Amino acid sequence: MTAVTDRQKLQYIAARAADARVNVELETEGMTLNIGPQHPATHGTLRIVARLDGEQVIAAEPIAGYMHRGYEKITEVRTYAQVTTVVNRIDWLGSFANEVPFILAAERLMGVEAPPRATWIRTILFEMSRIANLILFLGDMGVQLGAITPVFFAFRDREFVLDQIERVTGGRFHPNFDRIGGLKDDLPKGWLEDTKRVMDKVRTFCDEIDDLLMGSEVFQERTRGIGVIPPDVAMQYGLSGANARASGIDWDLRRDNCIGLAYPEVDWKVWTHPDGDSFARFWVRLQEVREAASIIDQLADGVPSGPIMAKVPRIIKVPAGEAWISTENPLGEMGYYVVSQGDLTPFRLKIRSASFNNVSITPWLLRGVYVPDIVTILASLYFILGDIDR
Amino acid sequence: MTRALLGVELAYWQSTLVRVLAGLVAVLLLTGGVVYLYLFKFVSFMQSRLGPMEAGPYGSLQLLAEVGKWLQKEDIHTEDSDRTIFGLAPAVVLSSTFLMFVVIPAGPDLVIANLGTGIYYVLAVSSLSVLGILMAGWASANKYALMGALRAGGQLIAYELPMVLAVLGVVIAAGSLNLQDIVLAQSNGAIFGFTGIGNPFILTQFVAFAVFMIAVQAELTQTPFDMPIAESELVAGYQVEYSGIRFLVYFISEFATAVAFAAVASTLFLGGWALPASWGLSDGVMNVVGPIMIATKAVLLVGVVFWTRFSFPRFREDQLQRLAWKVLIPIALANILLTAVFKVAF
Repeated sequence: MTAVTDRQKLQYIAARAADARVNVELETEGMTLNIGPQHPATHGTLRIVARLDGEQVIAAEPIAGYMHRGYEKITEVRTYAQVTTVVNRIDWLGSFANEVPFILAAERLMGVEAPPRATWIRTILFEMSRIANLILFLGDMGVQLGAITPVFFAFRDREFVLDQIERVTGGRFHPNFDRIGGLKDDLPKGWLEDTKRVMDKVRTFCDEIDDLLMGSEVFQERTRGIGVIPPDVAMQYGLSGANARASGIDWDLRRDNCIGLAYPEVDWKVWTHPDGDSFARFWVRLQEVREAASIIDQLADGVPSGPIMAKVPRIIKVPAGEAWISTENPLGEMGYYVVSQGDLTPFRLKIRSASFNNVSITPWLLRGVYVPDIVTILASLYFILGDIDR
Repeated sequence: MTRALLGVELAYWQSTLVRVLAGLVAVLLLTGGVVYLYLFKFVSFMQSRLGPMEAGPYGSLQLLAEVGKWLQKEDIHTEDSDRTIFGLAPAVVLSSTFLMFVVIPAGPDLVIANLGTGIYYVLAVSSLSVLGILMAGWASANKYALMGALRAGGQLIAYELPMVLAVLGVVIAAGSLNLQDIVLAQSNGAIFGFTGIGNPFILTQFVAFAVFMIAVQAELTQTPFDMPIAESELVAGYQVEYSGIRFLVYFISEFATAVAFAAVASTLFLGGWALPASWGLSDGVMNVVGPIMIATKAVLLVGVVFWTRFSFPRFREDQLQRLAWKVLIPIALANILLTAVFKVAF
């Protein structure tokens, strides 16, 4: 069924392109360019069908679904403890952040609250996965624009962050560490001091990127004024996270609707940028990495002592009910709507992932830009394919 | 008919064969060295990694392994491709590269053909590669390849102009199109009567040198001017359908052209093979020292090209054209004017 509609859609676009005498004076014809699913700019399997007049985009349509793994359905036959393993793989660069909103929703249904120590460590790990995720964006943006050196710095310095995550959770990419009622383990000895040292490295990396990439005139030429999203359009398309903040929307769930995490305890700032272009999106994310490093530093100074787990039954049965929790994940707002009927497994789990909405603006945004700017815009919107398709 | 080569009388065909073989060996050795030095090691150190370490001591035989891999690969072409043109295109690009080396002198007697219009010839044959690239883009029957080829066409032709205009400054200063004469003009020159270091044209023609190197960067389609092969948008541009030995040919020609342009730049601006005439070295000595001199200068200049390549993001096509037409060409024209005025005045 899907294949047929897909083909029909393609034929429709191809026919429009062939018919369209795009530039009447020069008698040029349109060309349909299929970007992806296997294309270096989509870093995954997003496909974009673009109708071009020369190098200018007349219309572009993103086609997602090449990596659909059916997580919402799979979770209906997984116990609550097993769900975190699955949802880890949604945004694979900041996996721990995927677990947290689900666990918070399940905790709300069960009426359990994690002890303060678990909450603080959760917040630290949450921000660490944000850094691990956004560092790669900062490097990848360079690659998409042709500067291949920053991404190696990004991979080098992300490794320090991943090492810290691995030391406490045992997994570099997929920690599966969050539990209903707390965390699996306590922190290893000396971990907090090492983490603060790693945060210094992260700050150095940010300064490097600031000099090497963001300060470069070529980078500014390529990104300033490219892919401008006005705040009202951003809201209409449901953009969230740094993409919305780069359009000047001062909205951050960590501050505005913080549930079960330790953000109110620290002193930090939500960064916004008025321009709404690709440069603003890059700039906001760079500031967010710096801010996350400072949040982790402050949290590491004041982790309270106490138990790491609340009292929960060995076999977890969640009482019937519904709960929606969303958090400010590295890519934007991520939420879980958990419907329980009192079983071992969720009756229904609806996942709201940020990239799906963030990418949905591309047809509006790509109209009229040049082919090189497709790459700039896609890179600056920053999506993870697992986060689009789930 | 006999011709003298380094004092030895040889038949014409013998002398030609020696010249061609020596040229080929020199070019390929230099190219291989540059690939190892910059593409494998220099960039790795820039990016805080080691680069190849396994093949040979310190990875020095990695290039042979790579070449062996390419030679073994299946010769793939797309179904709709124009087979003949598809196969010819790499050869055209490569021949353009090798033809450039013909007139670059490496010593008083070490030049394959000492043409009176040397620099004119170099610039003419260097633009032949556009033809090969357009052929490749069209024959590949691939939209990305076509777009890459058209971008390359626009870019290479646009940057031909600042390059020629930059060279004209040197030609006016030296009073000759012949590369040997240009080298000798620098080696015999004097700076306000001081002959100790000759008068390399980079001192007086620094504007032309900067314009020339920027244009070289664009002619080589290296970042920040690598729109034609932009890997994140056009995958590999006009090279996208090429694999195996045909890709190897493109690879060699890319780096050999870098060496060629660097050799031209060092001949025009850095004094070429010559040491200052005031040092009083004989021609026999210079035939040995000369190649080392020009190879060193060329490799250093290639280093500048690759340093830039690995540091910058790339321009967009329209920004790149704007830079050529609105910035570089006016600067180069002003430089010609000033050079001519000074030449007449002093």
